[in-house]
Amino acid sequence: MDTYLLEMRHITKRYGENTVLKDMELLVKPREIHALLGENGAGKSTLMNILFGMPVIQDSGGFEGEIRREGKPVQIDTPIRAMEAGIGMVHQEFMMIPGFTIAENIKLNREPLKNSLAGKLGGRYLSVIDFDQMGRDARAALDQVGMEVSEQTLMDRLPVGHMQFVEISREIDKKNIKLLVFDEPTAVLTESEAGVLLGIMRKLADSGIAIIFITHRLDEVMEVADQVTVFRDGELVGSMPIGETDTVKIAEMMIGRKMGEAFEKTRACTDENLPFAVELKNFAVDMPGERTKSVSLQVKKGEIFGLAGLAGQGKISIANGIMGICPSEGELLINGEPVSKITPQKILKQGCAFVSEDRKGTGLLLDNSIEDNIAVAAMKVQKKYLRRFGFFTQIDKKKIRAHAQEMIKALDIRCTGPSQYTRRLSGGNQQKVCVARALSLEPDILLVSEPTRGIDIGAKRLLMEYLVRLNQERGMTIIITSSELAELRAVCDRIAIIFDGTVVGILPPDAPDREYGLYMMGYETKEKERSVAEHE
Amino acid sequence: MSEKIVNGLKRFGSARLIISLFFLALLAVTYVMDLSFGATVSDVLVRWCMNFVLVLAMVPSVLSGCGLNFASTLGISCGLLGGVLSIEFGFTGLLSLVMAGLFGCVFAALVGALYGKLLNYIKGSEMMIATYVGFAFVSLMCIVWVFLPITNDTLRLAMGGGVRLNVELSATFGHMLNDFLPVKVGSITIPLGFMLVCAAFSLLLGLFLNSRTGRMMRVAGENPKFAQALDINVNTNRILGTMLSTMISAVGILFYAQSYGFLQLYTAPLKMSFLAVAAVLIGGATTRKASIGNVVLGPLLFNGILATSTPVANALAPDSNLAEIVRIIVSNGIIVYALTKIKREV
Repeated sequence: MDTYLLEMRHITKRYGENTVLKDMELLVKPREIHALLGENGAGKSTLMNILFGMPVIQDSGGFEGEIRREGKPVQIDTPIRAMEAGIGMVHQEFMMIPGFTIAENIKLNREPLKNSLAGKLGGRYLSVIDFDQMGRDARAALDQVGMEVSEQTLMDRLPVGHMQFVEISREIDKKNIKLLVFDEPTAVLTESEAGVLLGIMRKLADSGIAIIFITHRLDEVMEVADQVTVFRDGELVGSMPIGETDTVKIAEMMIGRKMGEAFEKTRACTDENLPFAVELKNFAVDMPGERTKSVSLQVKKGEIFGLAGLAGQGKISIANGIMGICPSEGELLINGEPVSKITPQKILKQGCAFVSEDRKGTGLLLDNSIEDNIAVAAMKVQKKYLRRFGFFTQIDKKKIRAHAQEMIKALDIRCTGPSQYTRRLSGGNQQKVCVARALSLEPDILLVSEPTRGIDIGAKRLLMEYLVRLNQERGMTIIITSSELAELRAVCDRIAIIFDGTVVGILPPDAPDREYGLYMMGYETKEKERSVAEHE
Repeated sequence: MSEKIVNGLKRFGSARLIISLFFLALLAVTYVMDLSFGATVSDVLVRWCMNFVLVLAMVPSVLSGCGLNFASTLGISCGLLGGVLSIEFGFTGLLSLVMAGLFGCVFAALVGALYGKLLNYIKGSEMMIATYVGFAFVSLMCIVWVFLPITNDTLRLAMGGGVRLNVELSATFGHMLNDFLPVKVGSITIPLGFMLVCAAFSLLLGLFLNSRTGRMMRVAGENPKFAQALDINVNTNRILGTMLSTMISAVGILFYAQSYGFLQLYTAPLKMSFLAVAAVLIGGATTRKASIGNVVLGPLLFNGILATSTPVANALAPDSNLAEIVRIIVSNGIIVYALTKIKREV
């Protein structure tokens, strides 16, 4: 019988009433590269936090389930316990001190010490560091990952790609290391660096260290992994050796059919001849972490259009680029008219309104009342809610109050009254205030980013229903950007999938799951067609 | 009902509650010990008005996102320059005060705009920079005072050129507002006219803050990201707030000077900004929020304690410096207290 190096069984984790992991299972054999796959929010990072005994787990009430190492139960409630159990992590964001040398970074807080007088008197804290030994250890670790650069180089002189390798060296320098977790290690690497990294992972696995490999890149999984486990919505979908599966199957497993009840629509938007509300031609947006390189797409008038994609692939930046919040290049046409030199004012005047994904930053004036939050955009852009005295103006508080009360009713904003500060509202109600502000501009085109992030199910449903109603009753064109594909598929007429800053394809909401899965992973159309054909 | 009181007190804040009680206690002591209660209360009211506009200058600065204006000495210096020029040109009576204010505001607008530009380069550390800009500007003005080609004898140093350290105002606008419509109630003199002028200035600022321009300035100050999404120019609005603050300071020092009876030049304005900052903080403002209500309460408590503690301290420990010590501890202590309360944006 196989003995597993690591067994995590029946893991359930709740944050308050929200269950993020449900009866999850992860079994890792020695010398194995075990790929973990799942959409953003599928529960991968929560599982890893549990494995590392991160305080966020303990602080929120711990978890249920059992962790065994080599068959014996282990208790991992602090990161130190995890380290003692031989579990290491290569972080996605590098944890390095830039002013230290590579060797110093590798041996950080585990420095070899020399005998000295001070050390004898003062113990460990006054001992002298054995720099020669430190250099030798670091060298050995660096050799193991095939890094030729001198161990005495300062960290901040290294190119970004190399830092990853130093991180790995640090982990394998820990003598008892049995299991290494790589959290999206290739995200910041160039293609050739990624290739080298995969080679090193293979080498490490062969030398006896098991690896958990978290990634969004399916081809890497196919290339290097032995076993693959797929999560979806905090539940285990399946786990199988890589030989028994292929990209199409994995993609299908990741997406799954998890649609809520579809929303009732009286008027589908299928007419081919409708004019375009928004057109993008080679549109590129510079937004840190979410850059788009070149996006071309057309949104028809009266359509609900979805923008989907994994985090970091650029879907978020498109709406921010259109609204002039982030600098952009390329062409933008609104209702057929080209907009040059995009500024927020121009776009808002064109009849667009935006509900930002950054609710507490761009979205709200937290220390202002609900009514002021709702009125401020229309006041700025359309000079509404003002009384005029020649060139001087005064805010018309009565009108603002009346309008706010109307919106509070229409959107069912739960509050003590229109003068309550938005900081005190729940996430869902804050989001409704954002929507109310956008609507008070009476837009023809509404851009909504991550409308349901961090809000409870009831409010989610109500918000989406309201958006559909706006579309159906007022013919409003709505562009929704969301990380929740299921939500988009429930309301959208068409959905564009963004990967690596470009549109991979545009799908109808009822397209098969595997197509969504492959698109989200960035598989080009031809390749997709080929593999789908092979599959069938 | 009792809940309402508790909530009201919570909003008022424990610090302000303690300070208010302390002030009331001092007043009670003054009354009980028979330390010329009427004169003390009159003094409190005059000092309240005399500092009022200087404190009011903090509001636009805070609301435009530049923090407390520790560099209100810029505006103060401009106001003093306005006062000196008004006297030099021979204006007298009410006209001298009006012209002083006008000259002062013109300079203050210029200086404020330049200073606002500077603040846009150092977002995040405005208050630290402001303090030293204020100090530097006072020194610069010292040079100006020495070399100003003055001909008027009330202004000129007795020997050589340059302006005097203290310029007597009895011939021009000294006590002009203090003596405007005073009302006597028993032994207390209420400077009603002065109070009305202060109220008028508050009203003007209030009207501005409730205009579209004022509203946009406040949005820019509270949440620059939000402002950007609505195409509100954050930098321009910060300059606007700084200019307003500087101009109001210029008027403020003239009000202060007319009440005091002298224009105090050279290094006298050095720490005036700290007093205004302390007063508005005592009134409940923070580095991110300030209202006219804070300005009404702040200088009353602050100057109230200073004015009442002096006779009380003198009576308790005659021939000592206790009053001055209390004043320094209170004013600096409040600044420290308030600065520890700065909360970073969530």
